[in-house]
Amino acid sequence: MSDKKAKSKQEKYGEVAYYPGCALEGSGSAYNSSTKALGKALGLKIKEVENWNCCGAMEVKNIDPKLQTYLSSRVMSIAANKMNMNTVMAPCNGCYHNLKKAEYDLANDEETMEVVDRLSKKAGHETYEAGQVETIHALDWVKETIGEEGLKERVKNSLDGIKIANYYGCMYTRPRHIFPEKDAGPGSESTSQPHFMDDLLEAAGAENVEFPLKTACCGGAHTLSDSDTSTLLVSNILQAAEAAGAEVIATECPTCHSGLEMHQIRAEKTLGIKTNVKIIYFTQLLGMALGLKPKAVGLHENISNSFDFVKEKGLA
Amino acid sequence: MPIHEKSLIRPENLHVQEKIEVDGIDVSGHWSTFIESRVVTDYNEQLEEEIASLPGGEFIHRCWQCGSCTNSCTVNAINADFNPRYWIYLIRTGMEEELLRDKEIIWQCVSCNKCTYACPRDVVPEGVMKATSHWLELKGHTPKSNSMIFDEIFSEQVIANGKIEDGRTVRRFFARTGQAMMQPWMVEMIKSMMRNLPIGMLTRLGLANFITPRTSDWSGARDAMNEYIAEREAHHRKALRLDDLVQMAESEVGSR
Repeated sequence: MSDKKAKSKQEKYGEVAYYPGCALEGSGSAYNSSTKALGKALGLKIKEVENWNCCGAMEVKNIDPKLQTYLSSRVMSIAANKMNMNTVMAPCNGCYHNLKKAEYDLANDEETMEVVDRLSKKAGHETYEAGQVETIHALDWVKETIGEEGLKERVKNSLDGIKIANYYGCMYTRPRHIFPEKDAGPGSESTSQPHFMDDLLEAAGAENVEFPLKTACCGGAHTLSDSDTSTLLVSNILQAAEAAGAEVIATECPTCHSGLEMHQIRAEKTLGIKTNVKIIYFTQLLGMALGLKPKAVGLHENISNSFDFVKEKGLA
Repeated sequence: MPIHEKSLIRPENLHVQEKIEVDGIDVSGHWSTFIESRVVTDYNEQLEEEIASLPGGEFIHRCWQCGSCTNSCTVNAINADFNPRYWIYLIRTGMEEELLRDKEIIWQCVSCNKCTYACPRDVVPEGVMKATSHWLELKGHTPKSNSMIFDEIFSEQVIANGKIEDGRTVRRFFARTGQAMMQPWMVEMIKSMMRNLPIGMLTRLGLANFITPRTSDWSGARDAMNEYIAEREAHHRKALRLDDLVQMAESEVGSR
C-alpha cells in the first residue's frame, strides 16, 4: 500500500458513522461501552447512525435473504444520504458481515437492486446505492487510524505477560467474496489467517498463542435452538485455547462472546468440561492497556468474571 | 480381506450368514456376505427445481460433487451423518425418499459458511441447506425446527419494530417451543451475571422488559416488508405445487 493511500485511510476512518446494532444495546452492551471508551481514549470521532434499524442478524435471511439486504441497506442509506458520511464502522461481526454482503449484492445482483429499490421507495427513504459508503469493522478502525506504532506510544498498562488466543469467528472472514479488501497483499487482512486483532494486542504488549481455531464456528446461530451442538463447538474452542496455553480468549463479536460465556457454563453443567480461560472483548483489553479502569470498559457487564484476573495482571 | 464398503451399505440391505452353502459349495467366510440390490422407483423429477426455487437453493445445479463442503463442514465434524455433498447429490438425482432419511438433522446447519468459502463452483451450500430445511417444512415432512421458530420470532420483531430486544426474543422462543426458561445452566449464568452488575444496570435490564426498542418512522418499511413476504410466499406455494398437494389430500379424504 502506498503512503498516500495509507494516509487517506487514516483520515477517512478518523470520523465514522457508528452502527452499534441490537446486540450492543442488549447482551453485548460491554462491547458498546468499551468501543466508545476506546475511541474516546484514542481521539477518534464517532457519530451514531441516526434512527438505525436491525441489520437482520443471522435470522431474517432465513425468512428471505433480500429482506436482510434491504434492512442493511437502510442503515447505509441513512449514513450516506442523511448524515453525509462515507464510512460506517460496525463492531459486531453480524452487522459488519450483513452490511458487507448487502454492499456486494447491491453492486452485483440486479434482482436484489430491484427489490431494495422497491422496498426503499415504499418505506419512504432514499435507496442506497453501492459505493456510497465503506463498511469497516472496529478492528480496521483502530488498526488503520492508530496502528501498532500509535498504540505502542499510548500504552500505559502493558498487557505484558498475558497469553491470548485471538478468536475471530465466522462472519469476519467468510465468505471471501464479500470482503474484496481482504487477501489483497501486504498490510491487508487475511481470510484464512486473520491477524488484525493479534497485531493490535501484541502492540499493547500481549503474548499471542498459536491458536488453531481462530475462525472456527461457535454455533452462535443455534445458541438456543440447538444448544447441545453449540455447547460442543464452544467447548472445543475453549479447550483448544487452553491447550495452546492461553489465559484469555480475545473476542470481536457479541454473539461469539456471549456464546462462549454461556456455553462455558453450560459445558461444565452438561458435559462436565470445566475451563478457566477468560473471555474478554479486544476493545476491553486495549482500553485497559491504555489505562482505562475495568468498569470504564464494561468488564462488570460480562457474564464471566475476570476481575480477579485483570487485578492479578496489574490492569486494575 | 475386510470389506471396506460395508459401512456404506444400510444394515437392512446387508445379509451375513455364519455358514452357507450354495449349489453344494461351502461359501462361508467373506463370501457369506450378500448385499441386497436396491431398486429406486419413486424419483421426484422436480426435486432440484423445487429446492432451486427457494432462497439459497438457486445455484445447486453448479455442483460437481467434489465434497469440499462436507470436508470443511463444522457440523459434519461432530456428526458424520451430516453430509451436504451427499444431500446435494440426492436432490439433483431426485432421490426424495433417500433425502427424507436425514430430514431430522438438515436444519442443524450452523451457517458458518466454511462450505461456501471452500466451494470451487459457488454453489453456496449453506444456502442449499437452508432451502432444503425450508422445503422439508413447507412440504410437511418435518414440523418447524427450533431454529426456524427462533428465526420467525426474531424476524417478526424486526419487521414490527425495526429493532429487537434479546431478552424478549429468548423468552418468546422458550414459550413457543414449550421449554422451561429456567434451566439449571441458565440459572447459573444469570447468577454469574448479577454478581458484578451495579443497580443502575439491573434497573435498565428490567425496564427493557416493558419498553420496546423501536426505530421511529418505521411503518412504511414494515408495510413494504410484509407485502414482499406475502408475495414471496405465494411464489413458493406455486413453485412447490403446495395447493395441488392440499387438493389431492382433500379429494382423498372425500373419496373415503
